[in-house]
Amino acid sequence: MANMQLNKTPMPSQEPNVRNTNFNEVALGYTEQEAINEAKRCLNCKNRPCVGGCPVKIYIPDFIAKVAEGKFEEAYDIISKSSSLPAICGRVCPQENQCEGKCVRGIKGESVAIGRLERFVADYHNERCKKWPNETKNNGHRVAVIGSGPAGLTCASDLVRRGYRVTIFEALHTPGGVLVYGIPEFRLPKAIVEKEIKGLEALGVEIKTNVVVGKTVSIEELQSEYGYEAIFIGSGAGLPKFMNIPGENLKGVFSANEFLTRINLMKAYTPESDTPILAYKKVAVVGGGNVAMDAARCAKRLGGEVYVVYRRGMEELPARHEEVEHAIEEGVIFKTLTNPVEIIARTTEDKRDPKNNSVCGMKCVEMELGEPDESGRRKPQVKENSEFVLDVDCVIMALGTSPNPLIKSTTAGLETQKWGGIVVNEDGLTSLDGIYAGGDAVTGSATVILAMGAGKTAAEAIDKYIQAKNQ
Amino acid sequence: MITHNWMVDKMYKILVKRALNPTVVLMEIEAPMVAKKAEPGQFIILRTDENGERIPLTVADYDREKGSVTIIFQTVGATTDKLARMNEGDYIHDFVGPLGKKTHTDGLKRVAVVGGGVGCAIAYPVAKKLHSLGCEVHAICGFRNKELVILEDEFKKASSKFVLMSDDGSAGEKGLVTDALKKLIESGEKYDEVITIGPLIMMKFVCALTKEYGIKTVASMNPIMVDGTGMCGGCRLTVGGKTVFACVDGPEFDGHLIDFDEAMSRSNIYADFEKHKRERDCNLLKKEVE
Repeated sequence: MANMQLNKTPMPSQEPNVRNTNFNEVALGYTEQEAINEAKRCLNCKNRPCVGGCPVKIYIPDFIAKVAEGKFEEAYDIISKSSSLPAICGRVCPQENQCEGKCVRGIKGESVAIGRLERFVADYHNERCKKWPNETKNNGHRVAVIGSGPAGLTCASDLVRRGYRVTIFEALHTPGGVLVYGIPEFRLPKAIVEKEIKGLEALGVEIKTNVVVGKTVSIEELQSEYGYEAIFIGSGAGLPKFMNIPGENLKGVFSANEFLTRINLMKAYTPESDTPILAYKKVAVVGGGNVAMDAARCAKRLGGEVYVVYRRGMEELPARHEEVEHAIEEGVIFKTLTNPVEIIARTTEDKRDPKNNSVCGMKCVEMELGEPDESGRRKPQVKENSEFVLDVDCVIMALGTSPNPLIKSTTAGLETQKWGGIVVNEDGLTSLDGIYAGGDAVTGSATVILAMGAGKTAAEAIDKYIQAKNQ
Repeated sequence: MITHNWMVDKMYKILVKRALNPTVVLMEIEAPMVAKKAEPGQFIILRTDENGERIPLTVADYDREKGSVTIIFQTVGATTDKLARMNEGDYIHDFVGPLGKKTHTDGLKRVAVVGGGVGCAIAYPVAKKLHSLGCEVHAICGFRNKELVILEDEFKKASSKFVLMSDDGSAGEKGLVTDALKKLIESGEKYDEVITIGPLIMMKFVCALTKEYGIKTVASMNPIMVDGTGMCGGCRLTVGGKTVFACVDGPEFDGHLIDFDEAMSRSNIYADFEKHKRERDCNLLKKEVE
């Protein structure tokens, strides 16, 4: 008999006023008892809507059934068949729109906490597993993967399991892509990312950091000189967007990418790190997505008073509900229906004073919501005579990113959309033979799990392509 | 804790280290993939150690056969201090490049290369390349004093006219590079282009001068960066009223369109932080010595 408790088994987490002063993980994870209790809420229904909601098609009811029996390692084996990065997905997937959004239990009450269970199973395995997996049998074919973010790691994982020898080329000094430079430690501890990547290396994936494809080496050379039979481009969306308002180049204005990279990748908040970050007193984060929430919560942890400035209302925030809730609990102040129009400079007498031309306020206007636009969202309009100045000394622009142009500009014949996204077919194949792409490089800013889904699809297609060519 | 072996097995050896003057050091680094592609005008990003900061340094020379890249840097902050304390045989933790666009050299017949201070190290490969392409190169290099002069012989070999300037007259002529450039232009020298690399304030005045004479001028910018691949936007500049990223759109831009005042302001954002960091490191060093 299933556990008919209407709500999810709560997951313990750090107290808001404690966690907003440290970078340790916020959510602490289920105990074995809590996991079993939650797993028993699953009805194991026949048509398995949850699996349909998962971009990588994890056999969800099967692994949950094993959790309910207390057979956690068996549950892990089931997840592993479909997902290469369960400890990561269990933490950062927007489950409410995917598996959990389809869960029958969600019709009356809350859905089964699939994400929390996935996380539990992966953590259980990782804590106990002292042995790395064995290298897979080499099938003699080589594939290059560009970018070690979620798309690249998944593609590499699926290929190495089929016997391919995969080399991942990473531009930064540490592999993981957005998982290490973008998502903060308190949401996804870097040790977890590192462990998942080490697992791939044990299977036979080679990782070359400090290689910028398009600069250090071209796609064409990877094919002709280095002899890779197929290439997967998972280079992500890198280029930060700004608003093009006056004052955006003042000192104290950052892209969310820069702010988060300094903190997450460079660990600027630790005394050991040589990378600087200044302690700002009042910070405005402009934007309402997950990246904005990450930036705001990081800024809070550095000790500032933090505002999220968003032109639509609370209802329209594109960030995950859970992230918004966490930010509110931690003391982030939401200034919704507000839009910046200018960033104001402080000028000092001594022009060489670092404080000269730094941010001392942000002029904003109030907004109201009008008729729905093409996207179906109500269009924000400026309220007349509503101008005011928000007293801040730092502004972080979290307005999204567009694909990095380095590969496009150095690869002849690679077709892209007008806005820079690489054009692919349903298999992830680009306009060039043997070259596949997926993740944010194709879609523009999206989610970790969608990128993983694209990496998976491309791995399947690359396998077929190489097998067909060698018949 | 798992060891980061993807980092350890890929370090970059210091093959040669040479002090060019009391604060400027030349290093030849083993980095075959970078050496294979590097061109004048491009830059690399390095980290000295695992906790190191990523700093951009312009490529000063490269040897494709040997697989090495030369960097020349002045000790101005925590990272360059650390780097200067490393020795031949030591390994730099990370070294990535070549980044940015190469200097545009096609079709140039007569060029004045104007360098200031350690910027001369970056101007040198540009002069060398142009000279090797048969372009007439006039090189003007300025330093504060005789002690700080670098690459004098190299510049002489890479140019048909070399003018050395110093602030106090202890080396070459007394005066600023702009004085020398003005004199050459006034004497009737015609240039297709002026290429200037050095302190922002110097480049600003070089560009102001050449604007008067209507000579196209390219300035090489070296703003604060984190990733160097177009991701962070920290290196943004205003050029011709538009925001550009030095790392992917540059580092060289039309000097007559660059907002130098903004660039100068942005360049000192971490000045106080650097100062504290340096003091702390110095104190640590003192402790070690004691």
